[in-house]
Amino acid sequence: MTRPWQGAELARAISGKLPQAVVEAQDNAVQVKPAAMLDVARLLRESPGLEFDYLASVTGVDYIDFFEVVYHLVSTRQNHSCIIKTRVLGRDEPVVPSVVSVWQGADLQEREVYDLVGIRFEGHPNLKRVLLWEGFPGHPLRKDFILDREKVEYPYLRG
Amino acid sequence: MDVIYNIFAILEKGIVDGLTPSLGAEAALAVMALIKVFLVANVGLIMVMVFIYMERRVLGRFQVRIGPNRVGPGGILQPLADAVKIMIKEDIVPKAADRLIFNLAPVMVFVPVMLVFAVIPFGVGMAGGQKYYMSVADLDIGILYVLAVTSLGEIAVLMAGWSSNNKFALFGAMRAAAQLVSYEVPLVLAVVGVVIVAGSLSLTKIVEAQAVPFIFMQPLGFVIFITAVSAELNRTPFDLLEAESELVTGYHVEYSGMKFGMFYLAEYLSAFAFSAIISTLFLGGWQGPILPSYVWLLIKILFVFFVFIWVRATLPRVRIDQVMALAWKFLLPLALINIGVTAVEALLWPTFPWFLAPVNIVIGVLAVWAMAAAFRNVWEPQWKPARLATAPVGG
Amino acid sequence: MALKSQPIIVNIGPQHPSTHGVFRLRVAFDGEVVQDVEPIFGYLHRGSEKLAEERTYTQIVTLTDRLDYLASMTNNQAYVLAVEKLAGVEAPERAKYVRVLIAELMRIASHLMATGFFINDIGAFATPLMYCFREREKILDMFEMCCGARITYNYMRVGGVSHDLPEEFYPALRSFLAEMPARIDEYEELLTENEILVARTKNVGVISPEKAINCSISGPVLRASGVKWDLRKADPYEVYDRMQFDIPVGAAGDCYDRYKVRIEEMRQSLRIVRQCLDQMPSGPVLARAPSLVRAPAGAEAYGHIESPKGELGFYLVSDGGISPYRCKIRSPSYINLTALRDMLLGWKLADLIVIFGSIDINMGEVDR
Repeated sequence: MTRPWQGAELARAISGKLPQAVVEAQDNAVQVKPAAMLDVARLLRESPGLEFDYLASVTGVDYIDFFEVVYHLVSTRQNHSCIIKTRVLGRDEPVVPSVVSVWQGADLQEREVYDLVGIRFEGHPNLKRVLLWEGFPGHPLRKDFILDREKVEYPYLRG
Repeated sequence: MDVIYNIFAILEKGIVDGLTPSLGAEAALAVMALIKVFLVANVGLIMVMVFIYMERRVLGRFQVRIGPNRVGPGGILQPLADAVKIMIKEDIVPKAADRLIFNLAPVMVFVPVMLVFAVIPFGVGMAGGQKYYMSVADLDIGILYVLAVTSLGEIAVLMAGWSSNNKFALFGAMRAAAQLVSYEVPLVLAVVGVVIVAGSLSLTKIVEAQAVPFIFMQPLGFVIFITAVSAELNRTPFDLLEAESELVTGYHVEYSGMKFGMFYLAEYLSAFAFSAIISTLFLGGWQGPILPSYVWLLIKILFVFFVFIWVRATLPRVRIDQVMALAWKFLLPLALINIGVTAVEALLWPTFPWFLAPVNIVIGVLAVWAMAAAFRNVWEPQWKPARLATAPVGG
Repeated sequence: MALKSQPIIVNIGPQHPSTHGVFRLRVAFDGEVVQDVEPIFGYLHRGSEKLAEERTYTQIVTLTDRLDYLASMTNNQAYVLAVEKLAGVEAPERAKYVRVLIAELMRIASHLMATGFFINDIGAFATPLMYCFREREKILDMFEMCCGARITYNYMRVGGVSHDLPEEFYPALRSFLAEMPARIDEYEELLTENEILVARTKNVGVISPEKAINCSISGPVLRASGVKWDLRKADPYEVYDRMQFDIPVGAAGDCYDRYKVRIEEMRQSLRIVRQCLDQMPSGPVLARAPSLVRAPAGAEAYGHIESPKGELGFYLVSDGGISPYRCKIRSPSYINLTALRDMLLGWKLADLIVIFGSIDINMGEVDR
């Protein structure tokens, strides 16, 4: 069975090396400061005993007061998993550092989060909209998204 | 009884003799030739319909399904329905296409193939003590004429691909230029062996020299020829010119209506022509017991085409560089070996007695096995993934 | 004088016989060699994740049908497992066995289709494809007996399955199990030693195991690269821990190994189906749970399974209501495309189609 890391345990392991990174240790997840995300990612991938080499999923959630990015990580060698979260307060211009340099699998997933939720990932080599087209008004998975059909332009249909 | 065997000879003699008093000998022969051309063209096109039907039914049976069986009893009228459909479709010319070449390409594909039928001997008959060959023109350079004329179709492929102003068509045309031209070489060289044994380029004399069919006397030549013909006809495993899963029918992707019909017809017509050539060169032409000569040739042509369909149903497609490697590194040396061995035999036993057939079969098998072992890397990928020559495009 | 040449930019798709759906690939060619690749998709984006926020947990099962529409049963299974984790519902024993049986049959059907179309892309003009479809028809007929549909089944529910297996299912399954091994051997006989197939797929589109793990690739593509990672063994769900089966692992990570891994997985699936049939207990197939499933506010769960295409996961966040607050679909086909550019650079047009077919993606899953 893949052993899920408890939040407290993982928070201890991270705080050991990066004392300022952890904000809160929940039941089965650890909440990390956005600015420290890249260092935490490197730590999780490289430090022995953790070795999270497989990024299973990157999710963006809109909790009206803040945005949250949830990372599900797995280690194929040690067969354990963990959950890391970061929060960005406020609703304008949420920015989170990109972890593409650590796990290349984050490439398309971060683009999707940018496309649908609107969170920008700093350091991503190709942050373009992927499922919707450039010029689509708004980000659909936000809770305040209302589709104004008049404003939607379809660039590939001319006349 | 004799009438059935010699029916065409009797008709020919009758028409020529009947017209000579009124028109003169030359004009009578010319009228006879025109009648023959008319007959051969019609026979060709009808056989194309038979081939289309046969291909779809036989291919369907290979694929555990019934082929077309709705149109007419047992689906016999399916090719007719296809022909009508193609003829009534709108003829679309892309706006940016090169109009003259675009319109000329289908014609240039169709005409050379039709010209091949001029020399194929469909049978033989005796009338009035004289032997009549059932071919439109019994040229002394028969097989050379065939090989020369079929090469003209290759230019048409390039014309079609270029003038369509479509990148996929261009891909197909480039591949065609490479493949069709490369396989001309083993094609011609395989025939040289046959010509040495028969002692003549004329197709009727080649058939008459086949006391032992040349498939046994020249097995290596047969294998090379049938492979090269597969490539010339764009049939699987060499059908990358119209690879549906890659190029979406390749060089004739922009054609519609009757122009596409020309390409379609030309493909099956050349299949018919080459099957007839193979039957004439290697399987003994019209020779055979009991049945009339023209029936035997038909049976052999259908059998050869069946083998082509069989191979198409079974084998996947080869990649373009592997196709090139096969032509130049494998078939060409084999063809040269074949010519060498045949030439030596011609010096020692000019009449080519029957015991040379098993000798040639053994030599052929050994040669193919040795070539395959020596050139194992023919099939290997000819490149490693190349380094990027230019900067990445498209962000 | 140096010749100035320019790469030619070709659009492959979205309408193309070989792109397995509406997928557009903008390729820059130098002659026939691929210089750069830009995948463009989103043509089939229907907003499933947003729609899921407006539907009850049971209604979302129909949405999940339409993700990988060629393997709907496993989509359903992943989703209901996630909801059961979220809401704390336990499915009865028989339901678990039925789900595993159906999922493995679905895996066979999906791999048959993948293999058939892969060989079709190489050019064997539909003959192996028709053979594969002949077997797939039998599986689809069995599914029709269970739930009445052949493609979007809507069969699994939170807490079990909607209908029990009917009477006529068992003889059909037994006759299928009797003849399928011989059929798989028939495909192998036709294809595995075929020199042209080997020449087209060996050492083509290689991806190393480290890169595959780093790119979050899952499923047969990952296993063909030599990584022995299968969620049915690594993180067993339902009754997979009681089943005996092997995980086929490739060595070279090329297209040929992916094809072989899929063929072997079909054989292993037959083993699992037999064991399910033998061990299945009797009992109810649906747990006594309220039809309007609710989960405590703030609860979240990530449920994942090994679908035929890879790791299919659902991340659900609940706000205490009858609909999820956020339903995120981790689709394997979408994430397997991460490595597409690395796999394609430097190869030729013919190889591009072959490599793309060997990854086996489904656009319903990619675009959601």
